[in-house]
Amino acid sequence: MDLLTLLQLLDSTVRLATPLLLACIAGLYSERAGIFDIGLEGKMLAAAFMSASVAYTTGNVWIGLLAGIGASLVLSAIHGVASITFRGNQLISGVAINFLAAGLTVVIAQSWFAQGGRTPQLAGAARFNPITLPFADALRDVPVIGPIYYELISGHTALVYVAVLIVPLTWWILYATRFGLRLRAVGENPAAVDTAGVSVVGLRFAAVGICGVLCGIAGAYLATALQAGFTKDMSAGRGYIALAALIFAKWKPWPCLWATLLFGLLQALALRPDLIQRTLGFSVQTQLLDALPYILTVVILAGFVGKAIPPRAGGAPYVKER
Amino acid sequence: MDVMPKWADVVLIPVISLLLAAILSALVILAIGENPWNALKIMVEGSLGSTYGWGYTLYYATNFIFTGLAVAIAFHARMFNIGGEGQAVLGGLGVALVCLYIPFPHWSLALIAASLGAALFGAGWAIIPAYLQAKRGSHIVITTIMFNFIAAALLNYLLVGALKPAGSMEPATGKFLPGTHLPSFQEMFSTADTVLFRGAPANVSFFVAIAACVVIWALIWRTRLGYEIRAFGHSESAAKYAGISPTKIIVISMSISGALAGMMAINNVMGEAERLVLNAVEGAGFIGIAVALMGRSHPFGVFLAAILFGFLYQGGAELALWTSIPRELIVVIQALVILFTGALDNMVRMPLERFFLARRRAAKPRTKLTPAE
Repeated sequence: MDLLTLLQLLDSTVRLATPLLLACIAGLYSERAGIFDIGLEGKMLAAAFMSASVAYTTGNVWIGLLAGIGASLVLSAIHGVASITFRGNQLISGVAINFLAAGLTVVIAQSWFAQGGRTPQLAGAARFNPITLPFADALRDVPVIGPIYYELISGHTALVYVAVLIVPLTWWILYATRFGLRLRAVGENPAAVDTAGVSVVGLRFAAVGICGVLCGIAGAYLATALQAGFTKDMSAGRGYIALAALIFAKWKPWPCLWATLLFGLLQALALRPDLIQRTLGFSVQTQLLDALPYILTVVILAGFVGKAIPPRAGGAPYVKER
Repeated sequence: MDVMPKWADVVLIPVISLLLAAILSALVILAIGENPWNALKIMVEGSLGSTYGWGYTLYYATNFIFTGLAVAIAFHARMFNIGGEGQAVLGGLGVALVCLYIPFPHWSLALIAASLGAALFGAGWAIIPAYLQAKRGSHIVITTIMFNFIAAALLNYLLVGALKPAGSMEPATGKFLPGTHLPSFQEMFSTADTVLFRGAPANVSFFVAIAACVVIWALIWRTRLGYEIRAFGHSESAAKYAGISPTKIIVISMSISGALAGMMAINNVMGEAERLVLNAVEGAGFIGIAVALMGRSHPFGVFLAAILFGFLYQGGAELALWTSIPRELIVVIQALVILFTGALDNMVRMPLERFFLARRRAAKPRTKLTPAE
């Protein structure tokens, strides 16, 4: 494989990993605070739909992004009310949210645009367009570094850079701020946080809210940057892959980046079966590449290769002692 | 301990949750500019107004009875089997292998063999997550989600490869052998003069589903194993103390669950399509969650809830046919049912409990005070 093909492959890896990374970090905040979230998929889907339709209607992608975040936050609020306020089953709530998004997006899209549950194609200012980083054109012809900078690092949409910056930011928030310390504590031992006089409910709602914002950006990226418009079920299981990546990364921010890049690479390879054939000399079934993130996650969960231990208070509603 | 009378728990809460879901769905219909009352009329007319409609309603209900029972039995052991979809996909594979390669002299033999094949494959797919949960501590919800996707990829692989007949472009198996044809309701109930259930896919597997309800009821409430499953679901530590092996209960209840989900394939794969296609399950594995929650994990409740969801499915299809409301409205209704009966259960339960407590307090002092006076 020559350098240019490799760069193209890595370039699409980055593109495909971005929504996974955003959703994965979203899940990280929620689950570190003790709220399991299998509704990542639904929030992304709802955000994808709202961002695309509002971006189309207003012609401004930034307003679309805000609308997408808003839609995702509404679902987050439902999840929060169900699993924090009413102490319901977090897993069942997540399942309900996924179905709610899958159904509502098509029903509303059909009545709004009457195009069989899609939004019209987005163009121009209604989409996130690639950004050329400074000196990219000038450096283009420098051997090795030039193509890497021009092809791989420059030329992505703004949200890709946002996603990458969110990783160190999350690391800093979780491990260097008081809020982060409390957030992690509430996922391990909420009673201790409560005893210290900090609101468990408040912290958990904050975490679920951050999760909503990040899922909203992930969904908006799908519909307004990766593709030009919303199509039915366009999140296509990415929320679940993000969940798998989160387990793979053992609920830590930097490993989230590597895990989502790995899963992004698998998706990129599934789109280019000819590349594998050429480099390896034999063909790998694309179905195997599709299933690989899930198989890897099962293996990790089973503790055959490293053990993934979730936050201790995850999944359990907190009941204040009387 | 019991704050509420049993009837309130079993009937009142599901009915209130269902009403809330119905009201919200009506609002959605209103919001997209259609008339909810009119929509309800079309749904009732289309699904219950003719034997044709009933034929479809009962066909869907058959699927949902199997997947609903599957989720319900796992609930009894306090496990959330979200993998019904994948188990049903594998069940379809089991049915296909039996029906493609064995020439059966009569459909009844084929039905027994196919049921066994479906149950074995479904159970096999559920045993792996169960074993991993029991022995390796991996969360069953996450592993069964992953297994849904792995099953989809596996089926995709087989249907574009080994199982596709030569020369065919479509990702599907060939037609099953003629001896495996299950009698449909039309063949069973029509007479020469009156044709009933014309063209509807409901078939003899509906009665297998009813039998499964009875068997599961007996299993849960009339056998030692059922007692152990319920005890384990009630309190794992108490069950352990009583000498019940968690590994055994987790593996057995999940394999029964998987077997039931897999057996759905005798209805949709063997009874209706008569060949294995991609996406034959059509989300029935997930609807099983709503059905089990609605039916309070009781086989009779599951039966009623499955009929209700059969009505919603067939009614939703009619709605999509006659109005501009897309079929996905039933996904919204399904989501609301899961949300209200599952996750927001306490929202309905808490005020009701307060109501019954207040009534009891109001009733008690009168009887106590009279002798003192």
